[in-house]
Amino acid sequence: MRAAAEAIRAVWRTPRGRAGLTFLVFLVLLGLVGPLFLPDPFRQFDLEGLASVAPTMDHPFGTDQLSRDVLSRVVTGARISLAVAGLAVGLSVTLGAGVGLVAGYWGGLVDAVVMRFVDGALAVPRLFLLLLVLAVPDRVPLVALILLIGTTGWFATSRLVRAEVLRLREESFVRAAEALGASRRRVIFRHLLVNAAGPLLVAATLGVGDVILLEAGLSFLGLGVQPPTPSWGGMILDGRPALEAAPWISIFPGVAIVLTVLATNLVGDALRDAFDPRGA
Amino acid sequence: MTRVLDVRDLRVSFPATAGGRFHPVDGVSFSLDRGETLALVGESGSGKSLTSLALVRLVPPPGRVDPGSAIRLGDTDVLALEGEALRRIRGRRIGMVFQDPMTSLNPVLTVGDQITEGIRAHFPVSKADARERARALLQEVGIADPAGRLHAYPHQLSGGMRQRVMIAIALAAEPEILVADEPTTALDVTVQAQILELLDELRRSRGMTVLLITHDLGIVAGRADRVAVMYAGQIVEEAPTLELFAHPSHPYTQGLFASVPRITGPVTRLTPIGGTVPQPTAWPTGCRFRPRCPKAFAKSELPPELLTVGPEHRMRCWLAEGTTVRG
Repeated sequence: MRAAAEAIRAVWRTPRGRAGLTFLVFLVLLGLVGPLFLPDPFRQFDLEGLASVAPTMDHPFGTDQLSRDVLSRVVTGARISLAVAGLAVGLSVTLGAGVGLVAGYWGGLVDAVVMRFVDGALAVPRLFLLLLVLAVPDRVPLVALILLIGTTGWFATSRLVRAEVLRLREESFVRAAEALGASRRRVIFRHLLVNAAGPLLVAATLGVGDVILLEAGLSFLGLGVQPPTPSWGGMILDGRPALEAAPWISIFPGVAIVLTVLATNLVGDALRDAFDPRGA
Repeated sequence: MTRVLDVRDLRVSFPATAGGRFHPVDGVSFSLDRGETLALVGESGSGKSLTSLALVRLVPPPGRVDPGSAIRLGDTDVLALEGEALRRIRGRRIGMVFQDPMTSLNPVLTVGDQITEGIRAHFPVSKADARERARALLQEVGIADPAGRLHAYPHQLSGGMRQRVMIAIALAAEPEILVADEPTTALDVTVQAQILELLDELRRSRGMTVLLITHDLGIVAGRADRVAVMYAGQIVEEAPTLELFAHPSHPYTQGLFASVPRITGPVTRLTPIGGTVPQPTAWPTGCRFRPRCPKAFAKSELPPELLTVGPEHRMRCWLAEGTTVRG
C-alpha cells in the first residue's frame, strides 16, 4: 500500500506523469459527476427536424444526427470507456498474475504446458480473435464484451509475472522466508506477488490505454458497445456519414480517445521510470 | 548432553550436464548437543552452505539430498517429512540467519511485518500480540527504539541493524537450533564482533544450539565449542576448538592457519595454500586435498577415512595412522 502511494508520488514529480494523472483524475470525476449537470444523453432536442446543429452555447459540442447533445454523450461515453477498460484490465491482470505466479512458482510440467499455451495464444492477433467471436451473436451485452476483452488480454501479463517470479525465487529473502516456515500462500502472495507489483502496475496502466483503443475500434466496427449506449468508437461511427457536414459529431469523441490514451501512456511511462532502479 | 541434531552421511547431488550426478556435499556427518556451538569452517565451494540448507530441506532444485543420508532432529526424521510437517520445523525447530542482510530481507515489507510473519507462521496469536512479541525481539537483539523500528523498511537500516533484524526474525519462532550461515561476512569488522557477541549471548540466554557456518577461522576462536573443517564436500577435521587451535593436524587445516596472520609468536611470511579449490563436478580421486597437499604420499591415492588423532579429534588423512594418538 505504502509502495503504491510512493509510486504515485514519483509519477506526480515528473511533468508528463503529472499531466497524465491530472487528465485521468479529471476524466474520472467528469464521468462520475458530469452527467448530473449535463442534458440527458438520450434526449432528442429537435424531434421534428432531427437535424444536427453545430456547437452553440446550449450544446458546446453540437448535436448529432438524432439531435442528441454530443457533450453529454462524450461524457457518458467516458464512463463506458473507462468502465470497460478498468474492468477488462482488472480481469486480465488478475488472470495474468495468477497464471504467471503458478507457472513461475511450480515450474516443471505446469510451467511448460501453460507457457506453450500462452505462446500459441500470443500468436493469434487479439483484434481478429475478438472480431471472430463478436461477429457471431446479434447483440453482445456489455458484460460479455468486458469478459471477452479481459480474457484475451492476460497472455503477455502472465509472461511478465512469470519472469519476475523466476527472478524473485532466486532472491535470498524468498529462501529466508521459506526457511522460517512461511506457508506457500504467504511466499506466493507476500513475497513474490508484492515484489512483482511494480511491473504489473506499469503493464496494467499501459493496458488501460490499449483496451480503450480496442473497445473504440470494436465499437467503430459496430461490434463493441451497442447503440444507443454512447461509446466513443460508436460515436465516430455515427458521425462518419456526415463527416463533412457535421464533423463535430466524430471529432469530439475522437479527441477524447486520443487524450485519454495519451494520458494513460504518460502515466504508464512515468510509472515505469519510477520502478526502474537504473533511473531515467 | 542431549543430542538435538544428528547428521549422518549427508550427500547432496545435482545432475551433471554430461549425465550422472555430482556431489557438492559428499558424506558429511556431525551432531549437535544442546547448548553448544559448532563451527563449520570451509572455503566457498566446500559445501558448507548446501549442508545448512539441507537441514531444512531447502536444497534448490534440481539438487536433492541423496538416499542413504540421515538427518535426525531430536526424534524427527527430517528427510521423511513432507508438506505441512516440514513447514512446521522450518523456523520453529531450526532458525536460519543468512549471509547477506541486504538481500535476505524483503525490501517491500516492514521489519515488523517480517518478524510477525515468522511468529504467526508457528503460533496462533493475534496480530497485536505478534507485534508486541516482535517489539520485544527487536529489543532483545539490541535495536534502539524497537517500537519505532517495527515500521521501518529494510533500506532504512544499516547493515548491522539489518543483520540484527535477521536474527530477530530467525528467533521469532523460538527455535532450538540457530543456523548462522556466514552471518558477519557482509559486515564491517567492528560490527562483526557485535553480531557474534549477540549470537553467543542469545545462545546462553535461550539455551539454544548454534551451528555457525564461516570461512573465517578467526571468528571461531573463543566462540565455538567445536570446529569441523570442510573441504571438497567432506569434513576433513573435527575437534574441540582449543584442541584444534593447539594441534591443527590435517594438512589443509594447517594450511589455513599458515595463511592467517598471527598476533603472537615470531613474525613469519604468510604461506598461502597452493592451487585452487577443486570443482564439485570433478573431485580428485583418493584424498581430495592431495593435488594441493605438501605432505601427500603414496597412500593418499586411496580415499582416507576419519581417523582419531587426539581427544575427540579426528581427521580425514592417512598421516593419522603414523602418529601416536595423544591423550
